[in-house]
Amino acid sequence: MADEIILLDLWASMLGMRVRVALAEKGLKYEYREQDLRNKSPLLLEMNPVHKKIPVLIHNGKPICESLIIVQYIDEVWYNKSPLLPSDPYQRAQARFWADYTDKLYELGKQLWLAKGEEQETAKKGFMECLKLLEGELGDKPYFGGENFGFLDVALVSFSCWFFAYESFGNFSVEAECPKLVAWSKRCMEKESVSSSLEDPLKIHGFVIMMRKELGVE
Amino acid sequence: MGEEVKLFRSWSSPFALRIVWALEIKGIEYEAVFEDLSNKSPLLLQYNPVHKKVPILVHNGRPIAESFVILEYIDETWKQVPLLPEDPYERAMARFWAKFCDDKVLTSIWSAFIKQGKEQEEALVAAAENLKFLEKEMKGKKFFGGERIGYVDIVLGWLANLVSIFEEIVGLKIVDEGKFPLLYSWMQDFAEAPIIRDNCPPRDKMIVKFQALLDAAIASSSSSSK
Repeated sequence: MADEIILLDLWASMLGMRVRVALAEKGLKYEYREQDLRNKSPLLLEMNPVHKKIPVLIHNGKPICESLIIVQYIDEVWYNKSPLLPSDPYQRAQARFWADYTDKLYELGKQLWLAKGEEQETAKKGFMECLKLLEGELGDKPYFGGENFGFLDVALVSFSCWFFAYESFGNFSVEAECPKLVAWSKRCMEKESVSSSLEDPLKIHGFVIMMRKELGVE
Repeated sequence: MGEEVKLFRSWSSPFALRIVWALEIKGIEYEAVFEDLSNKSPLLLQYNPVHKKVPILVHNGRPIAESFVILEYIDETWKQVPLLPEDPYERAMARFWAKFCDDKVLTSIWSAFIKQGKEQEEALVAAAENLKFLEKEMKGKKFFGGERIGYVDIVLGWLANLVSIFEEIVGLKIVDEGKFPLLYSWMQDFAEAPIIRDNCPPRDKMIVKFQALLDAAIASSSSSSK
């Protein structure tokens, strides 16, 4: 009996990309359905009535929402290929702790291209603090998961294709402050599951320009 | 061979209380270390340098922080009386509702308590909308976990004792029995469960604490000029 997997997503969403990476890591076939968040589809509203947001994974008709919850679900259902979470409970706790921490980058990152002046400066400081802490957590390991690409790598890697956009509007350089993190992101991009799931940083930059126009940010 | 389990908590933190309940439900022996959050100990700062908060579980010398992370760690390490369901889909649902409880329910009810005027009105509306989703999710079960207390019940447990305190202090109904009958009876059942009832901070002390927080919030909002 074949699994039916549908992903409701938005091409530029780094949260949606987390799910795409996880699905690719497990070698899963799925149907990708691009969503228009200005004109939400009946399916999206039915499958995520609480938040009305993407990503939503629909597995054999049943919806799962919230990107990190979806990634854990994928890891638990298809546990015998490319495990993302380690088996040791303490290591799992560390991975979950830091994966939750990466969610901070989402709101802070938004302020980097939406806000101006002091608000933007505060967001920039917060954003870099987060990245520095994460870089510390990576240390000299090839991946956050150690020798193998894991849950925390999945949680963070999609933000890397947004770095160029953040840097342009926030006026800073991620590589200057966190060279190890940039090296890590390039290492991740050598994996097919990552390179096929992340978007071109230039396209993301174009997306942000469009969003700023739409939201009236000059 | 001893298992050393320590829980860094404060006397009133609802997040730390989740861990107390989980440990008690599973019958795990632990040492409670009470922190004064206005004067954090060097040990707390060492064990949770990122957030500097309670709860922190220290198991055989290794610290784990963030209540959701700690709850899953406890459930994976001590397998008796499981808190999360076994089925991956049901687990995903439990995690979803737990996140919803903190991100939406807790924040809207807190705002309904601490804010004034229009902001309070808007928070009450948001809280009611959020509670509607929970009411629906109860689906006639006794607890969110089914027949017995589970992960989501523990995460939402603050509702059972804090909401009536908030309602008493501000004189407003937040969880109306008529509008949310299932949730209301869940609150009674949860609060009356022996382990919960025996592990709750004293009500009179809580009223004093939250009245003081509200007074401070009102004072600071009226002293800032608009």
